[in-house]
Amino acid sequence: MPYRLSHLAALEAEAISIVRETVAQCERPALLFSGGKDSAVLLHVAVKAIWPQRLFFPLVHVDTGHNFPEAIAFRDRRVAECEAELVVGSVPDAIAAGRVADPGPGVSRNRAQTPVLVDLIAERGFDALFGGARRDEEKARAKERVFSLRDSFGQWDPRRQRPEVWNLYNARHNPGEHVRVFPLSNWTELDVWHYVAAERLELPSIYLAHEREVFRRAGLLMAASDIVTPDPAVGEEVFTASVRFRTVGDMTCTAAVASQAATVEQVIAEIARSRVSERGETRVDDRFSESAMELRKREGYF
Amino acid sequence: MEELLRFATAGSIDDGKSTLIGRLLHDTGQTYEDQAEAVERASRARGDADVDLALFTDGLRDEREQGITIDVAYRSFATAKRRFILADTPGHVQHTRNMVTGISTADAVVVLVDATHGVVDQTRRHLALASLLRVPHLVICVNKMDLVGWDARVFDAIRDDAEDVSARVDIADLSYIPVSALHGDNVVARSAHSPWYEGPPLIAHLEQLHLASDRNLVDVRFPVQRAVRTRLPGGEGFRGYAGQVAGGVLRVGDEVVVLPSGYGATVASIETFDGPLEEAFPPMAVTITLSEDLDVGRGDMICRTANRPVTGQDIQAMVFWMAQEPLRPGARFLCQHTTKTTRVMAGDLLYRLDVANLHRRQPEAGDSGAVLGENEIGRLSLRSAEPLTYDPYRRNRATGSFILIDPGTFDTVGAGTILDPER
Repeated sequence: MPYRLSHLAALEAEAISIVRETVAQCERPALLFSGGKDSAVLLHVAVKAIWPQRLFFPLVHVDTGHNFPEAIAFRDRRVAECEAELVVGSVPDAIAAGRVADPGPGVSRNRAQTPVLVDLIAERGFDALFGGARRDEEKARAKERVFSLRDSFGQWDPRRQRPEVWNLYNARHNPGEHVRVFPLSNWTELDVWHYVAAERLELPSIYLAHEREVFRRAGLLMAASDIVTPDPAVGEEVFTASVRFRTVGDMTCTAAVASQAATVEQVIAEIARSRVSERGETRVDDRFSESAMELRKREGYF
Repeated sequence: MEELLRFATAGSIDDGKSTLIGRLLHDTGQTYEDQAEAVERASRARGDADVDLALFTDGLRDEREQGITIDVAYRSFATAKRRFILADTPGHVQHTRNMVTGISTADAVVVLVDATHGVVDQTRRHLALASLLRVPHLVICVNKMDLVGWDARVFDAIRDDAEDVSARVDIADLSYIPVSALHGDNVVARSAHSPWYEGPPLIAHLEQLHLASDRNLVDVRFPVQRAVRTRLPGGEGFRGYAGQVAGGVLRVGDEVVVLPSGYGATVASIETFDGPLEEAFPPMAVTITLSEDLDVGRGDMICRTANRPVTGQDIQAMVFWMAQEPLRPGARFLCQHTTKTTRVMAGDLLYRLDVANLHRRQPEAGDSGAVLGENEIGRLSLRSAEPLTYDPYRRNRATGSFILIDPGTFDTVGAGTILDPER
């Protein structure tokens, strides 16, 4: 049948269009790039949207200091390939300077990212931040607009969202406010993986199965490291297993899954069979309550 | 190749819409065990005897606590045949605002009717809005059929009532499906309770909808998102225009005109990161280059020389008002239409449309100050500071729609569809 697009091509066209709209309407955009799979896809889409121009806006990473070294190495490699500027907001620096309270050793610094990001936005005057968040990740995200207006504290008010009709995106904002833009809003975890396969995108190696020292905590497989150490007193014992990461975030709150999937195609097959959600399987931070994500977003989280 | 289908669900407060969505997600294998456990925990915490499938979709804390739905939520799921994006629109609060948001991009709308209540005012509103926004396909799901003993006469009576409504609005494709969302009948799997129903279950129906003919492949429309000037790695200069095709099939070699300036050129190439193309069609995002060096910028429209949209400063529109402060004649806004933003001034309100019965309510004679309140729909004229290049909405949803933006707060306060200029 002529003049039809596959769903991946349609999603890509939508995302490219959203990136171009942002660049046209906003003066100082930046792209949140952690080195995770969603931000890797987002960066690829942004490069396509801007082409044949080179990426002329910076990449921003809020580094908790607890990141997987493989993810940081990948981040730096992609930044160099794109000849882009990397702006790092450092949570350890903010803790050392007393701007953010230290949650303590081995504890997630997820919430500490928010004030560091908000400060960075104000300092650099960013008025649009691209993020790789997807609506299928979490129930609160399902309700967020593609263009999400944030006040000067970066806060999201779900009751004050602008109606988003047709594909007429309104990125206008007053001084001090900014927009978070989510071009991959309508993508699912499987769409991302199918796209990674179709576009032959590189990802950090830890997304594929590898041998690693892990231990069990609250039913999740945690990677043993200098930052996250097992507590033998409660029976946490280190063992070697073949694992991969389904999401890549702060080491303190990202768990591994047992897997033999050594290729992207095998990962897709495993995810298609999985009966547990991406965040449920691997994110410690969303298991606290039904509203964990909503509360973080209201505070200015991604 | 799986195609993408965008659809919206609409229903009144208790007709089981969230249950239907929970059922669609669950029976197509999109709900995960951890999410199911969370829903079970939440149902128990509220003291419910049964698991409430609606909790799969109620995303905000206030919603779960109050058992209501606040805002449009978007869900994705896939079957072997299609990839679906579902806009879940609450029926009760901010009705017009949420419905317009949810169905403006939809290929299809699924309207729920409670079999025990039949067609109600809210059903008429949904049908009227779907018609005004020209959603190509409508499905009426008569839900809770189990509560009426799967009586075919109940289903037939509701269909007759809905046919009466649809005869008065403009709907191209309307289907009816008897379902029980609670028990899963005719949602994903065919039900044994309805031998008298010969059609497909809901999901099979949505998989079969023919989408290609819904797109306008005749009138070439390319709104320019941004002009791209750069040097290519070889040092050669590049000047192109990035945008998303909004209509027609654009080909290399096409004679085109840039509006509103009216300068002519030929399409020299259609460029993408992945290489040049011979043609592009909606909704592809491409960058085109022209044979002539023209002054083209954001907000310009490129189209075929022999097939041009309307260019003008006075438009007639149906406006869906979404702000608390009413729309007053003489008020000024920013109008975002395709990729162009210009100032507009609202003219007099010709009439308000009562969507429950589609009656036009004219303002009192001599009342030139009539206003449009929140969630009201009305016809009015608008005058723009710069010429707009548009098609009537019935010909092209992308080039016939606009939003109104408050020039002070920058909030989106209204949405509009452009009517034929001669009407």
